[in-house]
Amino acid sequence: MSTHTHAHQFDTPQQQHQATRLGMWAFLITEVMLFSGMFVAYILYRTWYPEAFIEGSSHLDVMLGTINTLVLISSSFTMVLAVHAAAEGKKQAIQKNLVLTLVLGLVFLGIKAVEYSHKFHDHLVPGPNFAHEGIHGGHLQLFYSLYFAMTGTHAFHMIIGMGLLVYLFIRAGKGAFNKDHTAVELVGLYWHFVDLVWIFLFPLLYLLGRHL
Amino acid sequence: MTRLQRKHYINNGYGALSWFLTLDHKRIALLYLITATLFFALGGAFAIAIRLELLTPAGDMVQSETYNKMFTMHGIIMVFFFLIPAIPAVLGNFLLPIMIGARDMAFPKLNLASWYIYMLGGLFTFVAMALGGVDTGWTFYTPYSSTYANSQVIITALGVFITGFSSILTGLNFLVTIHTMRAPGMSWFRLPLFVWAHYAASLIMVLGTPVVSITIILVALERLFHLGIFDPALGGDPILFQHLFWFYSHPAVYIMILPAMGVMSELIATFSRKRIFGYSFVASSSLAIAVLGFLVWGHHMFVSGQSMYAGLVFSILSFLVAIPSAIKVFNWLATLFRGSISLQTPMIYAFGFIGLFTIGGLTGLFLACLAVDVHVHDTYFIVAHFHYIMVGGVIMAYLGGIHYWWPKITGRMYPEWWGKFSAVVIFIGFNLTFLPQFVVGYLGMPRRYHFYPEEFQILNVLSTAGASILGIGYMIPLFYLVWSLRYGKVAGPNPWNAKGLEWTIPSPPPTENFDGTPEVTEEAYNYGTNHA
Amino acid sequence: MNSKFPLFPEAASSFAHHVDTLYFFLIALSVFFSVLIFGLVLFFAFRYKRKPNAEDPKPMLGDLRLELTWSIIPLLITMVIFVWGGLLYYHQLTPPANAQEIFGIGKQWMWKFYHPEGRNEINELHVPVGRPTKVILTSEDVLHDLFIPAFRTKMDVLPGRYTQIWFTPTKTGTYHLFCAEYCGTKHADMKGTVTVMSPLEYQGWLNGELGQDRMDKTGKELFKQFACQTCHQDQSLSRGPSLTGVYDSMVLLNNGKTVKADADYLRESILKPKAKIVQGYDAIMPTYKGQISEEQLIQIIEYIKSLKEPQKEVN
Repeated sequence: MSTHTHAHQFDTPQQQHQATRLGMWAFLITEVMLFSGMFVAYILYRTWYPEAFIEGSSHLDVMLGTINTLVLISSSFTMVLAVHAAAEGKKQAIQKNLVLTLVLGLVFLGIKAVEYSHKFHDHLVPGPNFAHEGIHGGHLQLFYSLYFAMTGTHAFHMIIGMGLLVYLFIRAGKGAFNKDHTAVELVGLYWHFVDLVWIFLFPLLYLLGRHL
Repeated sequence: MTRLQRKHYINNGYGALSWFLTLDHKRIALLYLITATLFFALGGAFAIAIRLELLTPAGDMVQSETYNKMFTMHGIIMVFFFLIPAIPAVLGNFLLPIMIGARDMAFPKLNLASWYIYMLGGLFTFVAMALGGVDTGWTFYTPYSSTYANSQVIITALGVFITGFSSILTGLNFLVTIHTMRAPGMSWFRLPLFVWAHYAASLIMVLGTPVVSITIILVALERLFHLGIFDPALGGDPILFQHLFWFYSHPAVYIMILPAMGVMSELIATFSRKRIFGYSFVASSSLAIAVLGFLVWGHHMFVSGQSMYAGLVFSILSFLVAIPSAIKVFNWLATLFRGSISLQTPMIYAFGFIGLFTIGGLTGLFLACLAVDVHVHDTYFIVAHFHYIMVGGVIMAYLGGIHYWWPKITGRMYPEWWGKFSAVVIFIGFNLTFLPQFVVGYLGMPRRYHFYPEEFQILNVLSTAGASILGIGYMIPLFYLVWSLRYGKVAGPNPWNAKGLEWTIPSPPPTENFDGTPEVTEEAYNYGTNHA
Repeated sequence: MNSKFPLFPEAASSFAHHVDTLYFFLIALSVFFSVLIFGLVLFFAFRYKRKPNAEDPKPMLGDLRLELTWSIIPLLITMVIFVWGGLLYYHQLTPPANAQEIFGIGKQWMWKFYHPEGRNEINELHVPVGRPTKVILTSEDVLHDLFIPAFRTKMDVLPGRYTQIWFTPTKTGTYHLFCAEYCGTKHADMKGTVTVMSPLEYQGWLNGELGQDRMDKTGKELFKQFACQTCHQDQSLSRGPSLTGVYDSMVLLNNGKTVKADADYLRESILKPKAKIVQGYDAIMPTYKGQISEEQLIQIIEYIKSLKEPQKEVN
């Protein structure tokens, strides 16, 4: 069996490839459902309290948000290059692009951390220290609750994705993807999904209805 | 018994590690069987304590706080740690690959990981219990759970969240396995109905569970970091929590009942020696239940303050779910018609299922019916109804399935008389426990009441008396099944002379299930073909 | 509550018998189908019991006509139940215009009821027989649910908004009142009694407690105390809209929509004044959130409700 490139439960490598890809897509659907719970809450509250939400987004740093969006899109690009390199069996190119993706991911999280610390500094974190309620009767905190829950869940997914990148990097070093690069492909799918979530979060949280 | 021991999945490796690191779906199924049974015993112990407390109108056995924690733990353990995994993770895990002619699940490591995740979730729940327990009810309604409750909400929420992932991964594994691992000739409409039912249930696990996971996490975040997404003080909506919660937790009932219906189809076909009448209708009704099941969650909220029009829409959709359920029951009846029926233990359980599920389903109509629900909502009527479906129906089918496939799983037969006896005791005990609850519910006794007005006492005493019979009924199989492991008659590959790939291989099955990949050339339940 | 061992609850509201009739219909239906299904299972089990060495029966694949029959008949039956239950639900949720209003506040773990005439009570609710009565409900903390089995109705009680429940009691007597939504440690203790009295007795009971001001009078004092009248005057140039006759009227908002000025709207306007702005006015009102209790809110609303005719208005 050891000469085969597929696990014992499969009959052919094609069957294994089909199964793992289907598994990943099914997993991404569960991820969509996970985020959709929060998107439903966002849509509902935004409809109820549009003014507080506009006020809330105007306290977010569009510049940093835009930079982060670009960073993530670039990381998706380097991830594509990594998958491409894996398909061609180029070990160095895989590793180079994985590192680039990882660095861009770190930049994203770093900028996110800066943004979070500004919010702490400005007392825009929900809870007893929240200091900017003004006329909005709690709804501003609702916006920031959603902001932290959604971007926090997203950042958590980024961290998991970066763990996977490190794993791929080590495996690539051992030449694991010479024959079968499905793992790189699957992590790529996951990484693109996480980017895609941000592509929704950014306009919803930072841009929509904002006084520019 | 031959002296020369044949290798099979049980004797293929000894020692704890060979079990705890196994990737064999059959061994993982046994891990689930043992742990789920332990969770059931624990949940059952809480149930007994609750019924004992309710013997008298006064709250004289435990403090209210303790009582509230008991029914909360009873609900959480039974729902998340027993009923949801019971049939899929035990019987589904064991049989699904074999039934479609595969050597294992598509992702054996993920399968084992699911069990560890399940255990980790259980560990969190135990830690929460050790630290004083949780008293929110298994429904975690906000703002009580997020702000006011003074118990271990966060740890328990994490336990439920983690266990949810076990369920998601199991469902995902099933879906991919059914899609990609079917043996040559095993077309979709040759699949045993057990597989169809698990396919439908897996869809719900994959689509629904993430929603309740994030919802429960939001509650935990609200407690931990004041992220007040459901907090009315911030303009948040506690009803939104209920929508998100029931969006999963209603379909969760179908995660339990669909696999149970799958078991039923297998039992009825085998013990009446007939192909299931209207196979394609039974198969597609599973999918219909899964899809419709996602559209009816609002029937838990007819008096929550949601709009009346939402109530009307959810009511009519809820009635529609009754149709595919009715289709299944009538097709089973038609299968029995002119069958060759033998009343062996699994069939007695199957009849028990039909009885309890029919009562549970019909009383479901009372609850889908808006005006009656207004009165019986959150009373013991509801408690009785969902126990008929989730406990009566599901456990009847689960035990029926365990008895049916026990010879396959262990290679041994159990004592037939005891099997029938336990089925009858459970059926009687169950009805004695829960029929009085319909009456006391319509009388107006609210659920989750530690003490109650005196005039409800006699019905509660009846219910507790029934529960003691039910408890004994559930314990009997434990003894003779364990006994049979050593002393039971050797079963042979096909003791029921049944159709289906699982009966073509030795009992217990070899680790790789089949010698080579089997070729499927006939329809499911291909009985009576000598007539043709 | 007379019998020691009742099997059926008393029916003491105008729709109790309607709910019961539907309930009995459902029971009859359930018994019919249960007997049919159990009967067939047992009949088949004995009629078609396997004989030793019997050949397998002929396979029957299915029959579309049968499938349609047992899909369509249940569908029709359930639609009958749906329409019947839906109509009655509409009735249960829609109080008549002339219903007398009482306010109820739930909190861990007691019920407080406020009669407009000024009498308050805890864990007891007195209502006159034969008069449609609406209870406007809110919670000071978690979810509760006001459940009166004898009236066959219940409604969740939520913090941050009003819900309502209504009934016309038809029989004098004392009935249970429960909290039906789990609300914490002493949930089972959050119960009381509803006493249905003849109108005359009720009048006597209302006047029974001396020294209680009518709710609208207390509300009027609060209205002054919070300086509401600074802006809400009956003059055309006042900064806030006039409140005379506003209760239950339709109000035109600055976004072109109209809303009904019910208790929930007034409550929202006091606590979240920016949410809905009356056309022609500026969004200048400050929030009273955190300054005003649930009890004071219903008193002020009761006062606003009393502002019916301009000439009645003193000021």
